[in-house]
Amino acid sequence: MDGVVKMCIAIPGKVIEVDYPFAIVDFKGTKRKVRVDLLESLKEGDWVLVHVGIAIQKVDEEEAKKTVELLEQIGLG
Amino acid sequence: MLKLKDRKRAIKNLSEELKRLMRGEENITIMHLCGTHEDTVTKYNLRSLLPENLRIVPGPGCPVCITPDEDLQKAFHLLEREKIVLTTFGDMARVPFEGKSFFYYKSKGYDVRIVYSVFDAIEIAKSNDKPVVFFAIGFETTMPSTALAVLDEIENFYVLSAHRFFIPAMEHLLSFDDVRIDGFICPGHVSTIVGVKAYEHIKVPQVIAGFEPEDVLLALCMLVKAIKNEDIVLMNEYTRAVKYEGNVRAQEVMDEVFGRDDWEWRGLGIVRNSGAPLKRKYEDFDALKVFEDCFRDFEPKEDRRKKACRCGDILRGVATPLECPLFMKACTPKNPIGACMVSFEGTCNIWAKYWR
Repeated sequence: MDGVVKMCIAIPGKVIEVDYPFAIVDFKGTKRKVRVDLLESLKEGDWVLVHVGIAIQKVDEEEAKKTVELLEQIGLG
Repeated sequence: MLKLKDRKRAIKNLSEELKRLMRGEENITIMHLCGTHEDTVTKYNLRSLLPENLRIVPGPGCPVCITPDEDLQKAFHLLEREKIVLTTFGDMARVPFEGKSFFYYKSKGYDVRIVYSVFDAIEIAKSNDKPVVFFAIGFETTMPSTALAVLDEIENFYVLSAHRFFIPAMEHLLSFDDVRIDGFICPGHVSTIVGVKAYEHIKVPQVIAGFEPEDVLLALCMLVKAIKNEDIVLMNEYTRAVKYEGNVRAQEVMDEVFGRDDWEWRGLGIVRNSGAPLKRKYEDFDALKVFEDCFRDFEPKEDRRKKACRCGDILRGVATPLECPLFMKACTPKNPIGACMVSFEGTCNIWAKYWR
């Protein structure tokens, strides 16, 4: 990973297996073990944002849909 | 998020909406605060889609870039004098001071290791007898991971903190006379940690936005409407990842480990309460305390090679890379002089990447 670490970027991935404080997260087919102890009651199938080896927030699919709807109203209308 | 066909249509319609909203209006300048936003803006050439009287300028949203040379010199000073393993992120390792970087030291036989995460540094410490120092940079997004690593209490693991709290810098930016800011696009990933609530006291229109081109254009539409109506709003477009409260657990560990101090930023000068030193109760893991003797004779210097470098002005949003005499001449991604050309989130590096 030399030189390609982006400091403020966080990558979304899907939780495959939880074993606190770690979880296996799938990033488009690449699986990595990451720390998840900043998030409570994480379960298999949740989407998380991972930044420098730690999950910093869950990604809310319902909210993602709402943003698409908002775009549909303003941007695609 | 959107299908390509829908995205194209969204971008086209949003840019038309912006042109309509801005017709006959005074100039508006929006500052965004994240390298990833600049990447989106430049990659999709969004500036070319904006009306002439609407500008989007990058601010100090790149942790590597705003880390002042003094912090870097401290790390070099320590590396030269103590038998340590120095760990840091890849971007940081390429920033030069007087032509020397962490990679330079590595090539001279010093034990410098690039890590993807602070937890890699912890693993190195567990399998090593030497002191392992993590040169820690980054904003609220990154700080909780360093805090957790400190709380692991590994005996030979130390932090040289160059972490900085981002929110104080936004207030600081508004205090400059030469920086015009009509609204902010708030940094998406910092916001996942600090939450919407962290911005409530800042008195300009703000939108917390995601990183797709349609996210950025939608945020601009929201801001322009608010500015026209003279509404000091705080809106969250990035609801899929940013909650009002943010990540409370992350805030707790961050506040447990780090204090607050007035620290310098490249380009911004001293920013009140922005520095994140380790609290006294964790001084056993604070490289500045543990190696105190070594820093007694530390004197920061100026790098004469950076005299013409305009990194500072670019971070404040008063100059573009094209106004720097070094850009793509003496300073290139291969041979960078300024930090903004080194980091993948630096404005100069991003402009160079999409340079035609």
